[in-house]
Amino acid sequence: MVAADTQAVFRHRHLLGIEGLSPPEILLLLDRSEQFVEQNRRPDKKQTLLRGRTVINLFFEASTRTRTSFELAGKRLGGDVINMTVSTSSVRKGETLLDTAMTLNAMHADVLVVRHPASGAVKLLSEKVNCAVINAGDGSHEHPTQALLDALTIRRRMGRLSGLKVAICGDIAHSRVARSNIHLLNTMGASLRLVAPRTLLPAAVERLGVEVFHDMRRGLEGVDIVMMLRLQTERMQDTLIPSIREYFRFFGLDYEKLARANASALIMHPGPMNRGVEIDSLVADDYSRSVIREQVEMGVAVRMACLDLLTPQAPDAERRNV
Amino acid sequence: MSQKSVPEDRRVAYVNARLLDAAARLDQPGGLITQGELIADYGPHIKAVGLAADIEVVDCAGQCLSPGLVDMRVQLREPGEEHKGTLASGGHAAAAGGITSLVCLPNTHPVIDDVSIVEFVARRARLLGLTKVYTYGAVTKGLEGQELAEMGLLAEAGAVAFTDGAKAVVSARVMRHALDYARTFGLLIVQHPEEPTLAQGGDMNAGEVATRLGLRGIPAAAEVIMVERDLRLIALTNGRLHFAHLSTAAAIEAVRRAKAAGLAVTCDTAPPYFALNENAVGDYRTFAKLSPPLRTEKDRLAVIEGLIDGTIDAIGSDHTPEDEDSKRLPFAQAAFGGIGLETLLAVSLELYHNGRASLLDVLGWLTWRPADLLHLPGGRFAKGAAADLMLFDPDRPWQVREHELLSKSKNTPFDYRPVQGRVLLTIVDGRPVFDLTRAKRGA
Repeated sequence: MVAADTQAVFRHRHLLGIEGLSPPEILLLLDRSEQFVEQNRRPDKKQTLLRGRTVINLFFEASTRTRTSFELAGKRLGGDVINMTVSTSSVRKGETLLDTAMTLNAMHADVLVVRHPASGAVKLLSEKVNCAVINAGDGSHEHPTQALLDALTIRRRMGRLSGLKVAICGDIAHSRVARSNIHLLNTMGASLRLVAPRTLLPAAVERLGVEVFHDMRRGLEGVDIVMMLRLQTERMQDTLIPSIREYFRFFGLDYEKLARANASALIMHPGPMNRGVEIDSLVADDYSRSVIREQVEMGVAVRMACLDLLTPQAPDAERRNV
Repeated sequence: MSQKSVPEDRRVAYVNARLLDAAARLDQPGGLITQGELIADYGPHIKAVGLAADIEVVDCAGQCLSPGLVDMRVQLREPGEEHKGTLASGGHAAAAGGITSLVCLPNTHPVIDDVSIVEFVARRARLLGLTKVYTYGAVTKGLEGQELAEMGLLAEAGAVAFTDGAKAVVSARVMRHALDYARTFGLLIVQHPEEPTLAQGGDMNAGEVATRLGLRGIPAAAEVIMVERDLRLIALTNGRLHFAHLSTAAAIEAVRRAKAAGLAVTCDTAPPYFALNENAVGDYRTFAKLSPPLRTEKDRLAVIEGLIDGTIDAIGSDHTPEDEDSKRLPFAQAAFGGIGLETLLAVSLELYHNGRASLLDVLGWLTWRPADLLHLPGGRFAKGAAADLMLFDPDRPWQVREHELLSKSKNTPFDYRPVQGRVLLTIVDGRPVFDLTRAKRGA
């Protein structure tokens, strides 16, 4: 059943971001992911699509969820998965980055999954290695697999992406999740709202095709999806917000604010959550509304689809023996 | 006096040239005779025929002969960072760019805040005998913005003006004292106008491009805030101040108003700010990571307007060599700055080719205007003056390619740019220091 789809080819060597992908390309990734969702719910989850292939998870930034999700995805496809966590505490981070690329080339990896604290670092690395690269988050730039898993979750629940009203709330300025979601949902015809204090919005953000709200109640009015973002507490030291208490009062998601959204509106969060900071615990755990657990499940399927579709793109890779 | 000086009685006639002396608005066919290191005569009457037999003749084939360029903003990296650039590599690159005099910033290691370093640079440059090298002295010791450097002694040793280089003099109190003290000796302070706490942590101009790339923005206001503060300090002290590499419409407008009000303020810009905008950053091109950052298209057009209406007095290359280890990095970690010596003329000539300015105006921004600002000799034709000349073809097309540049560091923001205008011959003190027909391209 999976083999029937191998004709569809993802025509990019790497997955560095959502910006620039066309609607058919996004649909291809989502449809492929959909097949893996079913697969993952069976008792025997193991496949052989990546048999003999090496996937390296190269994380220059701490991560448990995304790394585990990619690791599981690679293993379920039958690939060999190696985790490398590189300390970024050393002063010459960049040197390490390109030196690491040289090392990895020599190891003949087939897919590199990379997370890095600097925007653009994954692209820089992709120019220096001779295998496919998947961006698992670069600075404040993009986190494409997160946007894909969010889109898959929404599509399964709502049956579509186009025409939905989506509100993304919180620290937009520093969020790669927000950027990837803005690009994806705009491309697929959803209408987007951003809800944040002005200090957490980047310059000229309305140029990305979004409507901006500073009053969360108004921003959530009639929306179908409420996407919350994680607030990083160091934002307070940067004088972007005065206190957590104040932030939660105006921009934290509670039932009172949620009441403005559509009665069937879904609540999403990329995790890990700060309960009581950007989201009230009761709301987060309300499984009639919150699809946060489902997002995690979709994450594995989306990452399997990405690994699968990008592997044949690697040079000198033989077509996999299905 | 360079070590490789020309015999005093040697005479060379550059004939069949188009003489261009922007200071005198001279643009006519003619020739120029050098004797030893000096200009002996020039004008329409100098022709190939009728010259004394002992005069060597150089046929310019109708190309433009102008005073050599005077580049008022260059970082040379020697002493201290010779892996990025040296007086020799910078000198060769400058000569290839038609530059016969340059002024280097004091941000070397050690900093040029001591008489011995001024003398070191002067001596090394003199021995090389390439482009003439003048130095800025530091405004504050170690460029730390705290205590004033010995400006009087540094000026005596040859520092032509004072600046903290790529750093702003941040403290209003220190700037006030610097302006006051410099005025005592009639010295000029040059400021890098950027409010550091506002620019702090920024990677590029704040705006849509930065937002898309997830890079931290430096707002345009960081420039005009420092400009406006310093304008108040000029008014307070009656001092003389020059703003380096202005990049924003707002700052240029502030200087325009200050000049109209009679304040002793001048300013310059650099080719990236009238030839490029923030889009040049593209997909994280670190060669386009400059300080100040490339701004919006509106700002770029305002820089051109500022040049045309005389608000901006001069163009400097803002040559900032950075090696691969400093540039082949994620954008946020890469160093700021681009090289510019070899593209200064060609990129500036775009203003002429695009019909925005006359050829003499463009040359004026690159020759006598910066020379006059800093009271440097050169920048104009004069009998008895040093024979610092540039022969160039304003129309010759070429493409900027990093590996073909002579600069030791290759970080040009203009890589791949098709340009027009090529230096054919550069003469310093009567002696050729660059000849395109003999130039070895690539290092």
